[in-house]
Amino acid sequence: MSVVAEKTPQAPPAPLAREQSPWRRFAAEFAESRLALFGLAMLVVIVAIAVLAPWISPQNPYDLAQLDVMDSKLPPGEHSATTGKPYWLGTDDQGRDMLSGIFYGLRISLVVGVTSTVIALAIGLALGLAAAYFGGRVDAIIMRIADIQLSFPAILIALVLLAVLGQGVDKIIVSLVTVQWAYYARTVRSAALVERQKEYIEAARVLALSRPRIVLRHLLPNCLPPLIVVATVQVAHAIQLEAALSFLGLGLPITEPSIGLLISNGFQYLLSGKYWISFYPGVALLLTIVAINLVADQLRDVLNPRLKK
Amino acid sequence: MLAFAIRRLGQSLFVLVVMSFLVFLGVYAIGNPIELLVNPQADAVERARATAALGLDRPMLEQYGVFLSKAAHGDLGRSFVFNVPAIQLILQKLPATLELAFAAMVIAIAIGIPLGLAAGLRPNSYIGRTIMAGSILGFSLPSFWVGLVLIMVFSVQLGWLPPNGRGETVLLLGVPVSFLTWDGLRHLAMPALNLALFKLSLLVRLTRASTREAVLQDYVKFARAKGLSPRRVIGVHVLKNIMIPIVTVIGLELGSVIAFAIITESIFAWPGSGKLLIDSINQLDRPVIVAYLLVIVTIFIAINFVVDVLYSVLDPRVRLGAAAAH
Amino acid sequence: MTGALLEVEGLRTHFFTKAGVVKAVDDVSFRVERGRILGLVGESGSGKSMTGYSILGLVDEPGRIVAGRIALNGTDLTRLDAAAWRKLRGNRIAMIFQDPMMTLNPVLRIDTQMVEAVRAHQAVSREAALARSREALTRVGIPSPDERLRAYPHQFSGGMRQRVAIAIALLNQPELIIADEPTTALDVTIQGQILFEVQKLCRETGAGLIWISHDLAVISGLADEVCVMYAGRIVESGTVSEILERPMHPYTRGLLDSVPSRNTPGRPLSQIPGMTPSLLKLGEACAFRERCPRAVDACAAAPVVRDLAAGRTLRCVNPVA
Repeated sequence: MSVVAEKTPQAPPAPLAREQSPWRRFAAEFAESRLALFGLAMLVVIVAIAVLAPWISPQNPYDLAQLDVMDSKLPPGEHSATTGKPYWLGTDDQGRDMLSGIFYGLRISLVVGVTSTVIALAIGLALGLAAAYFGGRVDAIIMRIADIQLSFPAILIALVLLAVLGQGVDKIIVSLVTVQWAYYARTVRSAALVERQKEYIEAARVLALSRPRIVLRHLLPNCLPPLIVVATVQVAHAIQLEAALSFLGLGLPITEPSIGLLISNGFQYLLSGKYWISFYPGVALLLTIVAINLVADQLRDVLNPRLKK
Repeated sequence: MLAFAIRRLGQSLFVLVVMSFLVFLGVYAIGNPIELLVNPQADAVERARATAALGLDRPMLEQYGVFLSKAAHGDLGRSFVFNVPAIQLILQKLPATLELAFAAMVIAIAIGIPLGLAAGLRPNSYIGRTIMAGSILGFSLPSFWVGLVLIMVFSVQLGWLPPNGRGETVLLLGVPVSFLTWDGLRHLAMPALNLALFKLSLLVRLTRASTREAVLQDYVKFARAKGLSPRRVIGVHVLKNIMIPIVTVIGLELGSVIAFAIITESIFAWPGSGKLLIDSINQLDRPVIVAYLLVIVTIFIAINFVVDVLYSVLDPRVRLGAAAAH
Repeated sequence: MTGALLEVEGLRTHFFTKAGVVKAVDDVSFRVERGRILGLVGESGSGKSMTGYSILGLVDEPGRIVAGRIALNGTDLTRLDAAAWRKLRGNRIAMIFQDPMMTLNPVLRIDTQMVEAVRAHQAVSREAALARSREALTRVGIPSPDERLRAYPHQFSGGMRQRVAIAIALLNQPELIIADEPTTALDVTIQGQILFEVQKLCRETGAGLIWISHDLAVISGLADEVCVMYAGRIVESGTVSEILERPMHPYTRGLLDSVPSRNTPGRPLSQIPGMTPSLLKLGEACAFRERCPRAVDACAAAPVVRDLAAGRTLRCVNPVA
């Protein structure tokens, strides 16, 4: 007779009769939230737009030959004075079609965001695993640095780095990576530590399996679920941070205008009522971030065993 | 308790020194401020003279040593651009930033915690889900864009609120504050709301998660078994338990709010230290950048320290130790 | 009043989960008389705690009471609205939980938690409530109550905390006390003390007590009547001597046999083979069938409760005796 007192009856795990592969089960659980599915759909559309931008934009806004300054600052829906083509979202002060500008801008924003996330993830993963596996001094040093860095807001660190490094896509990515790696390292380390203490790792060590083997085949797979959640959220953060930095004039250069720069460009025209130059890029950014966050939320609920009811 | 505080203080000072070195290192590697301050037509002799006068020709470590000793006396150099002590510039602008930050925190707390509580108590209801969806929107919104929209709506379209600047100030304990005047409040409203939005959403989510967890605890069941009114169960039992982690988060987020104020200050032309920082970066005014970073780092470390101590004070389990009295 | 203090008839508390309906309490009936102690025995998962919560009206989503009658001094509690039921809790019915560390709020002082229990039901001054709390603490054997009142739960030992929980239960002179495994988390020596205190208080105040436990030894020393629960149903009930000396249900028999007895050293411990069934997949048939040494074909049909004598019930078609 066990000593455990019952509080609420526990529904036992679903019977094994339905043999679903883990992927299908994961997909099914993810799909339980309609909001998340909506977010995923939005995300697919946005990524498609970003990838196909050069082909689906009505105009290449960075090809000076295609621009007509006579068409500048037209409100949405107006037609070009020269070509008669409609500008669905208006034009900016140089006569650039806002819609095209947004498509290209999304492209740059997404590329920068995802690239920096992937690099930060790789670095954070390596350092986190190292900290968890080696423990002791290595662990203490890595985590101390990570902790100190995490206690300062990302924007401050990014600002200082950019002030030092100057402008340029690569420098932005370096800043974003620097800001993010610590999250991954921390997440991976916690997950790996939990796993490391489990008995089968002891068994593997006793059997003198080579270290890389232990790390790769055992510790790594168990760090993946929380890592996926963190990575998804971090992509959104990276995109937001880059947009903010570009808005402040410290981010991407004018030759590679991301959404942030588009918004900051239009700021000066706001007070005279020409809102669309800033407004619509912002909407695009908003939709991107919301989509990512909706997906991330559901991923977190599905992948987190503790939240399982 | 005292030993704990002293130890934390020591750690904080260490971090401060390390950060000062990093800041110094980073900032002094930027470009060449001489270009800014000297007549472009000046010849090499002029430049050399200006460089020597500003001490920029010394080796890095020596510059750092001088810097550190001066810093200990509160002298962080003079602004290259304004030619006043950098620290003075920062401290002049700091009250405006702090006012903005505090106003934003107050808004975030006053709205965020009740909403989070409501969402946590009835997570699957219409209200609960709406609040959660709203919170996702809240921290997905790019804050600078929200600022623009606010200006668009409230200044351009409706003409209710001024789009930039700080309002009238009065002196409160020797510090100029603007929230005590009607004009000041009108100017403060939009920037504070803009700044608060992100934190508000985070607070809603945090409160909701904490509430959901708390409600499942045994002491809640026991409180109900005693026949206490739902208002008391939530308002006293649950609230007191969730406040401890929430207060610590609020404390830590305060530092972050001060940093994010940089963006808000740019949009609303709020004359705070954030705007000063951006301008200084663009103008390569090193002493000001360094002064700003050091002041911010100090504020951060101070906040972290206070939060640590506060946590141990608030939680009776930590404060009084687990002395089994029998 | 001549009726029983508490009459539970046909109580069913079901949980409607995504995986299906969990019948935590499935047709439970018993009576508790004033000043008498009823022991509710069963393994974990048998539904005994949920029976206690049902009586208090503390069944949370996704569960609810779907059928049955719970009559406290004649009043059917299931017909009461939430506010009326709340007035009874901590007042006419009190509950003591298993783990006092978790049930006392760790960030509130003891006096706060006791005073609020009093003032939730009566409009008295704080001083009057404090005086009552002091008295209650003394009654459960806690020395220097004034100091204890100003302390926090984590400053007490486990046994002391449970005494405080008992004191809280007694504050408003309840007619019925439900104790859910209150001594399981305590040392054996403390357990003995608590049992003694509780029994004494029961006799003194004339309150009825339902003592929920998995431990037959405890029940045998404490209770007057016993109900044995299995998989949400009461399989056998009677006075404590009837159950201990002449158990009729094979499960009761199995429980008694698996208690290591002092009289037969060296013999292998007997145990009931198998595991408790999942409450999700209960059919109408006898839930003990799979593990029962006396199972017959007739067990596949729903076994009904038979009243053998006053207070003696049995739900079995092939009993031991």
